[in-house]
Parts: sequence; C-alpha cells; structure tokens
Amino acid sequence: MSINWYKYASPASFYFLAGKMIPYFSIAAIALLIVGLYIGFFVAPTDFQQGEAYRIIFIHVPAAWMSMFLYVVMAFWAGVGLAFNTRLSSMMATAIAPTGAMFTFIALWTGAWWGKPMWGTWWVWDARLTSELILFFLYIGFMSLQAAIDDPRRADKAGAIIALVGVVNIPIIYFSVQWWNTLHQGASVSIAQSPKMATAMLAGMLVMALAAWMYSIAMILMRARTIILERERHTAWVAELKGMTR
Amino acid sequence: MLTWVIRRDLLLAMRRQADVLTTLFFFIIVVSLFPLGVGPEMNTLRIMAPGIVWVAALLASMLSLGRMFSNDYLDGTLEQILLSPTSLSLLVLGKMLSHWLITGVPLVLMAPVLGIQYDLPFSALVVLTLSLLLGTPILSLIGAIGAALTLGLRGGGVLVSLLVLPLYIPVLIFGAGAVEASTAGLGFEAHFSLLGAFLLASLVFAPWATAASLRISME
Repeated sequence: MSINWYKYASPASFYFLAGKMIPYFSIAAIALLIVGLYIGFFVAPTDFQQGEAYRIIFIHVPAAWMSMFLYVVMAFWAGVGLAFNTRLSSMMATAIAPTGAMFTFIALWTGAWWGKPMWGTWWVWDARLTSELILFFLYIGFMSLQAAIDDPRRADKAGAIIALVGVVNIPIIYFSVQWWNTLHQGASVSIAQSPKMATAMLAGMLVMALAAWMYSIAMILMRARTIILERERHTAWVAELKGMTR
Repeated sequence: MLTWVIRRDLLLAMRRQADVLTTLFFFIIVVSLFPLGVGPEMNTLRIMAPGIVWVAALLASMLSLGRMFSNDYLDGTLEQILLSPTSLSLLVLGKMLSHWLITGVPLVLMAPVLGIQYDLPFSALVVLTLSLLLGTPILSLIGAIGAALTLGLRGGGVLVSLLVLPLYIPVLIFGAGAVEASTAGLGFEAHFSLLGAFLLASLVFAPWATAASLRISME
C-alpha cells in the first residue's frame, strides 16, 4: 500500500489525520510515563555515590535530549517550509518551538536541582550548562521573532532563516563554549556520567525518553491543529467544521 | 557597485556625524561604568578588562544595527536596491562593510585607550586591538541578518538583541580569550585563527542570508 504523502501536506487533511493520531500518542505518553516513573522510583537501585538524588536524571536526561533534538526538527521543518513553500511545514516548526523551549527549561531547572546536592551549587559555568542556556535563548529568539510579525507568511519565513542560522551556529557555539571552559579552568566538575550504569537505571531513562517523545508528538500535533484552525479560519472547510459542531 | 554602496553610506554617515559619535560614546561609557560597579581594584580590573571591552563592543555594534537598513527602508531606497539588476548579496555586503567602517573601526581605534585605563600591559593592548579588528567585522556581518529580519517591526530594537546576541557568543569567547591567553603567556594564534575562520565563513554566508531576509521583509 502506498500512502499519498502530498495529501497530508494540505492543512485540511492533516487536521483530521492529527486529530485521529493524538489519542494514541497521548495514551502512549501516559502509559510510558507511568512505567518509566515506576522503574525510576521503585525498581532502579539507589546509587551508591549519589544517593537518591540521582533519580532526577529520569526527567533531566530525556528533557535535555528532547531539547536538542526538537531544535533540529524545528529547523528542518522551517527549512522545508522555506524551500518548498509548504504552509504546513512552517506551521509544524511554529508548533514545535514552545515544546522545545519547555524541555530546555526543564533540563536547566532539574539540572540545578541535581547540582545543588551533588556539586553544592545551583549553577556552574560548565560547557554543557552554558550551551543549553544558549539553546534556550535561541528558542526564545525564534518565538519572539514570530510573535512580533503580524503577517503569518512573513513570520514563517523570517523564523525559518533565524532557525537555520541557529542550527548552523549550534555546533560552533557548543565547541567554542567547550574550549572556552577548558581554556579558563582545569577540570573542576564533569557532568559526564559513568558509563557503568545499572540496567534498571538505563531502562528507566530510555522509557522516560520514549514518554517524552510521545508527549512531544501529541503536544505538537495539538498545537499544530490550533494553528491550522487559526490560519485557515476564513476557508470553507473550517466554516463547514464549525457548522458540524454547532 | 560595492564601492558605490560603501561611498554612499559613508557620505550619509558623515552628514550625520552625531550618530557615529553616539555609538562610540556608548562604548566608552559602558566600559567606564564597570570600575564604578566593581570597584577600583586594579588587579581585578586587569583580569576583567578584555571581557568588558569585548562585551561593550558587542553591545555598541548591536545597538547601531537598526540604522543599517531602516533609513533606506523608510525613504524607499531599499526597494530600489532590491529591484536593481546587481546581485543583492553584493549590495548588502557593501552595507555591512560600511556599517563596520562607521561603527566597528572607531571602536577598534578607541580600545587601546580604554585598555590603558584598565592598566593592561602593552602586549595585551596590541592583542586586544587586533582581536577587535578581526572580530568587529563578524559582528556587522552576523548582525545584518538580524537587522534585515526585524526591519519595520514594532519593538525591532529589543528583538534584534534577542536574535543576534546568542550568535555573537563565539566571537566574544575567542576575542576576549585571545587577550587572556596572551597575558597568561599562552599563544593567542589559535584564537586568531578561529576568529579569522569565523570572519571568512560569515563573509560567505551572511550576505546571502541577509539578502534572503531582506526579500522576506520587503514582500
């Protein structure tokens, strides 16, 4: 069976497809979250060095992964929207940004909570922390640029350029921050986890990462649906939809 | 065409010398504020000097970005530039270079004087000036993308800082890092090589991205 992908590039048909998919992803997210938290709190053993406080990684690491991954996905869709002039791709990019920013914030916040008992400080100017903070700034810049432009088509394209410039810059910023840190001070604290991790810990983390994926997809689809409705409110199919629900 | 754009922008800047001087004095004031806030302890100030001068240069260059396109946008010149058969990237490159000549070069010339206020040794002064000479063109090049994207937007000035400052970070790190490395007795050549690489990369990509941004903003 071949799927006609172009059909779903139209906001109208994607709207209904997304509506059908959201329940599955939401249920998967909740189920995985429950399993992941159970493993994290009850199955995974207490770390002999870090005690119970290490358990924050079950939130922290998936959030950090998602924050970086979602930025690349956002830039990808924004770039597709710019290159092929497909409205839906740009709407997806706009829908991804708040979720990505939220995960970046969670990663920073939980990192601080982990840092206080482990390092004795809420914040260190470590390479990873700093680059995650810069990633947060990039998300905020993308969202505020789109928010400042009233014309949605111009907002899409302008956002795409800044997202793409950002994605080119991320490796540069990441390495410059890393070198900056090593040039200044010797190894004080390293965020690098020991690779010898208990299987239960790893399993908990992976399940939580999957939960974060499912949550992101469900959330992004929901937001994409509202963006579609808002942008297409003058079209016939939305008017029909309104008639149906009334 | 490149020289035509540069000559025109320089001429316009010379007609409004106050604008050029405002940026320069902003730079001087910001650098002078730090000893008042941190305290006049010379040993602390000497360590902080490269970072302070560089951050102030970043802010001064960023604040003057608004002027790069907005006057041409308001009087319709920009529309004519977009319509002209010459490559838009080339014309934009001219505007970037003239922005650097108007705002970047005065900062570079002023930096050694400010460095003396912070009691930097002579060798550090030379490195500081050279790092600014290499780094400030990058600020104009990258900043132009932000200036083009925020053209004619409400609150464009604040927005441009959100967009551009995160992208300035590598320049800040290696610009200030070069001075610190040289005072610490390490070589500063690696920092200069990286700054040069950034300069070349942004020289290639920034005019192109800015031209695309201008077309989006002028649609």
